[in-house]
Amino acid sequence: MTSRSKTEVRKTLRAFALELVVYAALVVIYFFAVLHFLGGWLVQLETHHIRVYAVVAILLIIGQAVVLESVTTGLLRLLRGGRSE
Amino acid sequence: MFFPISHAHVSPIYLVVVGFVIGVLGGFFGVGGSFIAGPALRLVGIDWNFAVGTDLAHIVGKSVVAAKRHRALGNVDLHLGLIMALGTIVGAEMGAQLIQMLTRAGNVNFVVSIISIVIYVTISTFMMWESWKTLARQRRFPAGANSTALARKSDHSAFEHVTKAIQRWRIPPMISLRESGVTISLWIILLVAFVGGLCSGFLGGGAGYIRMPAMVYVLGIPTHLAVGTDLFEIIISASYGTFSHAIKGNVDILIALVMNTGAAIGAQLGAISTQYFAGPKIRLLFVPLPLIGAAIVLYTMFSGHKL
Repeated sequence: MTSRSKTEVRKTLRAFALELVVYAALVVIYFFAVLHFLGGWLVQLETHHIRVYAVVAILLIIGQAVVLESVTTGLLRLLRGGRSE
Repeated sequence: MFFPISHAHVSPIYLVVVGFVIGVLGGFFGVGGSFIAGPALRLVGIDWNFAVGTDLAHIVGKSVVAAKRHRALGNVDLHLGLIMALGTIVGAEMGAQLIQMLTRAGNVNFVVSIISIVIYVTISTFMMWESWKTLARQRRFPAGANSTALARKSDHSAFEHVTKAIQRWRIPPMISLRESGVTISLWIILLVAFVGGLCSGFLGGGAGYIRMPAMVYVLGIPTHLAVGTDLFEIIISASYGTFSHAIKGNVDILIALVMNTGAAIGAQLGAISTQYFAGPKIRLLFVPLPLIGAAIVLYTMFSGHKL
């Protein structure tokens, strides 16, 4: 491995470790802020309106994925100086 | 943490870590990761029907992240993915009905465990034989010291003669897949998708462990494109599977949402990593994964852990 590619790998790993720390903090906030409030409402939906629950479940998981993808891509880009890969 | 929908006590850190690991594997291999996620959820005492349905919901989220990344890398054949989604949905519905039937009969855990072990071991054995043979042939007849991304994406398989024979079946209508460079009968695509869907609905997950190898070996799609297209197709089919399982009361969306936070970052990492590996190497690295799933199912069966 050349010294240039070693530096590149080191940079990538450092950026990734930093991303993990920032991301972990965001996830903890997310757990307490969102899931705590959503929990009761989702249980009610699941018990009384199962079809609405099914649709809401899909929308929630897709919505969360799109937001998380944007967050992780944005974080990677930010931490690696404009490049995401 | 208590999850009131499935009435389960599970550590959120465990779920995030499982999600992350499955995210990396999914982004790299184009699989839903149900062979790990299903048993991993069972391991903490979640019933198979909830494990199957919740895992499907988590897979939708993870596949959105990974497919978006693969699309940016040029690894998604949208035309093929949309056609396959049709066959998969029909198969997934049949699989979900089978699960319901077995749940009513009261032997869902035993039957699903045995069938999953047989399928996981068969896939691993076949892929090990094929990728090993392909890599040995490449070592004997090297194509040159070309290590560009394009060269890494070019694909060969020891099973190629069978794939070519299947492609020669001219059952109309024939479909030309420009992005994958393949012309094949629509019915063969639908059959592959149907079998994948059946496994998805029955065993849980996106059934990428069936579909990704089938796309490579039966349809002749290059491995990198099979990985990306499979993920795209999984979004559609797993969404349908999630809906189907949710109305049957088999989905704990809170567990899926927690798992997805780990999967989002893992899936990006896995997808980016595919750029550095050739097709046969990706297939060889895939081999241990279904075996790990089989081992976990065997462990839970023999340890009597709520199976």
